[in-house]
Amino acid sequence: MTGKTEVQNTAYRQTLLAGLWRENPVFRLLLGMCPTLAVTAAVKPAFTMGCCVIFVLVCSNIIISLMRDLLKPHLRILMFTLTIATFVTIADLFLKAFVPEMSETLGPYVPLIIVNCIIICRAEACASKNGIVISIVDAVGMGAGFTVTLCTLASIRELLSTGKIFEMQLMPEAFVPWAAMSMPVGAFITLGLMLGLVNKITNKEA
Amino acid sequence: MDTLNILLMGFISIVIVNNLVFTKFLGICPYLGVSGRIDMAFGMGMAVTFVVTLSGTLTWLIDHLILMGTPLEVTRYVCFILVIAGAVQLVEMYLRKFFPSLYESFGIFLPLITTNCAILGMCLFINLWGIESLLEAVVLSFGAGIGFTMAICIMAGIRENLNMADVPKCLKGAPITLITAGILAMAFMGFAGMIR
Repeated sequence: MTGKTEVQNTAYRQTLLAGLWRENPVFRLLLGMCPTLAVTAAVKPAFTMGCCVIFVLVCSNIIISLMRDLLKPHLRILMFTLTIATFVTIADLFLKAFVPEMSETLGPYVPLIIVNCIIICRAEACASKNGIVISIVDAVGMGAGFTVTLCTLASIRELLSTGKIFEMQLMPEAFVPWAAMSMPVGAFITLGLMLGLVNKITNKEA
Repeated sequence: MDTLNILLMGFISIVIVNNLVFTKFLGICPYLGVSGRIDMAFGMGMAVTFVVTLSGTLTWLIDHLILMGTPLEVTRYVCFILVIAGAVQLVEMYLRKFFPSLYESFGIFLPLITTNCAILGMCLFINLWGIESLLEAVVLSFGAGIGFTMAICIMAGIRENLNMADVPKCLKGAPITLITAGILAMAFMGFAGMIR
């Protein structure tokens, strides 16, 4: 009995950690690029976005895992999208009600979570095949991996474009802010270089 | 004359100044995935243009005729995504019937248009900008498609040449594509002052 729980626990830990590094949605699977690029001009919106994605991912994985036996192959994707759209609406209304200024900053990128490939990918690859617990663990792992990536990218960009993170001056006085980093250019190039760095580390490991 | 002016300005601004790929980061996934060869990139761009025009128009109509001012407004996102999924389905059937070779070469990418952020994003932006006339909505969504096609074709052209360049091993593939896109975005920033 204990042996079985042990095996299960290892499986859970593996799934949880996979999202953080081995199968990191942004760096490894190249999923969810649009929000990654769009909301990472500063750390705060990036973090909010990450939390929204975790919420939607966990909820939709639960629902899809519960109805996995009812799914018909050709209507699968449609069911996924509708489930996701419902939870995204909830998240969007929540943001609008409680943190209106954040909702303003994120703009259409919150509803765009609907078409974020990460969520559909997890629904398809994990929740539609596995039980409810493993689906939740997977969702939390993937969501956390996404949030951490977003925040890393955002802190680099915010630091270089303003010299501050969370209103805290981190760069010396003489630092000239790189305005380009807060623009689309900065997003593309930072992400490109980070992907290159991750590839380099992975190649060394292998 | 005035309407024509507004429409023309809107079209140019959405194609060049507010290009969806370079300034709004919409449609990056197909942008990275399909931009390997120029003919496929063009086909993808055309498919996106068609779907985005269709769904932009339909969602504007649904939004203004049915949803606005009623409690049903909360179902906006659900409605939008249903319309887009339907439009993609339509394009898929049309292509399979009339252009089987193009259909074959699209493979997985066609159903993926449903989850292309450029399309849902454009519908949302039309809603966000409070576009009042149907004609303007049509022109803007068509322009968005053209802008996407232009961006993806430029990229495909660059990538065909990039294959011969000596890129560091760890930057091969997606990273160098993103960096190239960054430089392109910088070039497109030059248009920013063109229209208020």
